[in-house]
Amino acid sequence: MAAMTPAAAGAATPAAAAPAAYDDSAFLRVDRLTKRFGEVAAVDEVSIAIRKGEIFALLGSSGCGKSTLLRMLAGFETPSSGGIYLEGQEISRLRPFERPINMMFQSYALFPHLTVWENVAFGLKRHKQPRERIEAQVERMLNLVQLKPYAQRKPHQLSGGQQQRVALARSLALEPRLLLLDEPLGALDRKLRAQTQFELSSIIKSVGVTCVLVTHDQEEAMTMADRMAVMSHGSFVQVGAPREIYETPANRFVADFIGTVNLFEGVLVEDESDHCVIETPAWRFYVGHGITGVMGQKLSVALRPEKVELSTQPPPRTDVNCLHGRVVEGAYFGASSLYRVALGDGNRLQVSVPNSERHGEVIKVGTEVYATFSADALVVLVS
Amino acid sequence: MGRLAKTWLGVGYAFLYLPIFTLVIFSFNESRMPTVWTGLSLRWYSAIANDSEIVSAVLVSLKIALASASTAIVLGTLAAFSISRYRRFSGRTAFIAHINAPLVVPEVITGLSLLLFFVAVENLFGGVSLRGMLAIWIGHTTICTAYATVVIQARLSEVDRSVEEAAMDLGCRPFQVFYLIILPSISQALASAWLLTFTISLDDVVSTSFLSAPGSTTLPVLIFSRARLGLDPTVNAVATITVVLVGIGVTVASLLLVRQERRRAAAQAAAYREATLAAAAH
Amino acid sequence: MNTPASCSLPEAPVPGAEAAAGPLARLMAFLRARRWGRKSVIGIPYVFLVLFFSLPFLVVLKISVSEADGVQFKDIFEFSDGTLLMRLHLSNYQFLATDPLYLRTYAWSVCYAAINTVICLFIGYPFAYFMTKARPSLRPILVMLVSLPFWTSYLLRIYAWKGLLDDHGVINNLLVWLQLVDEPLKMMYTPYSMMIGMVYTYLPFMILPLYGTLVKADPRLLEAAGDLGTTPWKAFWLVTVPLSKAGIIAGSMLVFIPSVGEYVIPELLGGPQTLMIARVLWDEYFQNVDWPMASAVAVTMIGLILVPLVFFNRYQSGVQGAGADDEPHAAGGAA
Repeated sequence: MAAMTPAAAGAATPAAAAPAAYDDSAFLRVDRLTKRFGEVAAVDEVSIAIRKGEIFALLGSSGCGKSTLLRMLAGFETPSSGGIYLEGQEISRLRPFERPINMMFQSYALFPHLTVWENVAFGLKRHKQPRERIEAQVERMLNLVQLKPYAQRKPHQLSGGQQQRVALARSLALEPRLLLLDEPLGALDRKLRAQTQFELSSIIKSVGVTCVLVTHDQEEAMTMADRMAVMSHGSFVQVGAPREIYETPANRFVADFIGTVNLFEGVLVEDESDHCVIETPAWRFYVGHGITGVMGQKLSVALRPEKVELSTQPPPRTDVNCLHGRVVEGAYFGASSLYRVALGDGNRLQVSVPNSERHGEVIKVGTEVYATFSADALVVLVS
Repeated sequence: MGRLAKTWLGVGYAFLYLPIFTLVIFSFNESRMPTVWTGLSLRWYSAIANDSEIVSAVLVSLKIALASASTAIVLGTLAAFSISRYRRFSGRTAFIAHINAPLVVPEVITGLSLLLFFVAVENLFGGVSLRGMLAIWIGHTTICTAYATVVIQARLSEVDRSVEEAAMDLGCRPFQVFYLIILPSISQALASAWLLTFTISLDDVVSTSFLSAPGSTTLPVLIFSRARLGLDPTVNAVATITVVLVGIGVTVASLLLVRQERRRAAAQAAAYREATLAAAAH
Repeated sequence: MNTPASCSLPEAPVPGAEAAAGPLARLMAFLRARRWGRKSVIGIPYVFLVLFFSLPFLVVLKISVSEADGVQFKDIFEFSDGTLLMRLHLSNYQFLATDPLYLRTYAWSVCYAAINTVICLFIGYPFAYFMTKARPSLRPILVMLVSLPFWTSYLLRIYAWKGLLDDHGVINNLLVWLQLVDEPLKMMYTPYSMMIGMVYTYLPFMILPLYGTLVKADPRLLEAAGDLGTTPWKAFWLVTVPLSKAGIIAGSMLVFIPSVGEYVIPELLGGPQTLMIARVLWDEYFQNVDWPMASAVAVTMIGLILVPLVFFNRYQSGVQGAGADDEPHAAGGAA
């Protein structure tokens, strides 16, 4: 992964702008999909190819267009231009009830006057399935989400987590070719969220359905998705596996959006095939791979807080990959501690230190520290 | 609650119920003079049964009220649906103005204008009199639709839109969404709208007077004409029957509502308790 | 455990399969493309109301400017010598605008309505306020007791007041019997008897909206006011009353606007002194059989309440418009 040139990711325009290569094996293909409301393009020429069985996440803050994109997939909005192809078949003009796609809503949208059993059976009845088939399928779905004893209850007699499971069972009952999830964990409290995340992914994987989920929660996207797309102002800023997006962000926006990051503005002073050096007024960064750049080019260097080591003792080499300053803030999070270091040049460095020992060293506010990191830990960003 | 509060409420309720109270009392009065008590008697109740005018008026009123209420909630549902679901269509403001206007325009005007309209239509198509039950039904429906729309629209705007989308997502065509999902959700509002419009139609006297013809006298019109002449104990008897029926109806309805609400709250509490217990057990 | 999708369920409908289906399906598709479903949903009530509400009012307008009670619009328009003449018989309006009796009647109608509103507010606001102070379990009963009279015929209840206020009515009989007065008090057929009837009828319409607003008030706001040093009396005027503004407006409109056009109460309880415009209209039609005059009165009545009507309409639109989505729900939502 370190061998991959970040230049391609940082210098090139985001992958989404170019139409997706015509890949017949793509299960779901979105081709330059656009949705305009008046002058504004909520979704702007988005293209992506999603594989069968994949869980794909759309991540972005509110207003970025992810919900509009999802609704176009479901059929609740018609695209202004572009196409949606499910297994080669163009579906963007089909009404929602004509598509082999089902959606799990953020508010669960359970039918309040029907029992759990009737809720799950609803879709099957609308598709005029024979009675025995409906009964067998509903039973299977309820067992899948472990709600069989509650089959005769009405939604208002269930807790939030149970309602969510009914919503999931209902959306899987028709065995759709594509499952859409709208902020699936949004309505749950923190503790329930972690547990539900795993349950949800395991159910979806066991069923084997292709899934597109929309969320504003990074953790949700990264833990549940096989691949994810970071969205902003209607387009994809970066598409890739969660690890790729976190460790190799394509630009400043993604680096800053996902997790916390320390960014340094600098100038390229050395560039070889196996390394490059970027200098800021105060520091010198040695990056473990080369980029094809121009001498004197203005760049940013991204450094994740957990990749930094703090020490009160100076390291062997202090001129490269070593920052020096004074701790101004220390926050204890239980599993880790977050320190803010005021650097000599006025910048603040965020460092995350795991509390791997019960009575480990606590760095007090005001201490002079040295922050070191490896050449591999740095990411060069062009844009 | 302070003494001022209790007194104020007490006097207020006494004020509201005093006339009803005297109506009921004097319906059992022996004397023809409804305000001089001479003794207990049920003669006025038997008089009603034998009074063919009253009996036929009651039947006419009930028929018209039934028809008006039913038509009004159909039109009202359509109107409520238009207002809450269709955000933009040309003439939307005019549409809303038309829906609300009968609520605001005095009934003498509604009655007069409808009557003159029917006369115009009669002249245009040669002499067939439209006055009578048909005209009254149309007049009542026009007024009742406005009330029905308000009630239904209030409930309709609360219905979660994503439930309708979920239904469509699962294979419902738009019309199926309406009668499988929306209609059950607003059923209570429909019932109360029906009761409201039924009562309004049953009670209506002004526009009915403009639109009636011989043979289509409603109960309120009959009572009104008798009341203008003077005090009539049969009216007291009719009033008492009405009050008793309405009183029973309203009490029963309120009790049902309260009981339903309590059951729902208990169910939710039970589900919550179960969930917390289950979580604790893990 | 789960068989893949393609084996178990029928395939998704191929687009275009609909056109190949029977003529009924084709008709439905055609109607849907022209949005006939939506048009009829809006259209049916709209047509009904235009036909039986707006059109009749146009007829009234026409008659008010005609000489006889003919309905043909040919009476107004005349075409001769290549010129189209419009003849509007405005004498009715002239009369209404100049006759002192009519002018006084208009003025008094508005006055009585205003007085009614104010009295209902003064009685109703404390009433609603004290209702909210009652035990929560008691409140539904209190509300029910306020709305129960509304469900019984108001004609009967006004008739009951006749019985109470008449010269030989209950109250007078009681006063004479108790020897508090020598002769029965003349209470009937006066503005006072009419006002009693008006307040009696419209009080619930003031109480219920006020109660609805007051009961939703957050008690913590009053606690905050007290915490900041306000006396309960001041807190009432500075916090409670302004917050209940919506209820006050709703109640006042529900009382004022219908009161202007009230007919039954002035007719049964009021006397020749109580001038209400609705009675004038009624008498012009039923007694004088003067259709043009009745129509002219109707038109001017509409003019009288037009201002509160527009205000009410805008308020209703605001209330009905609230709760709307910002994004238009396009394809999937529309019928």
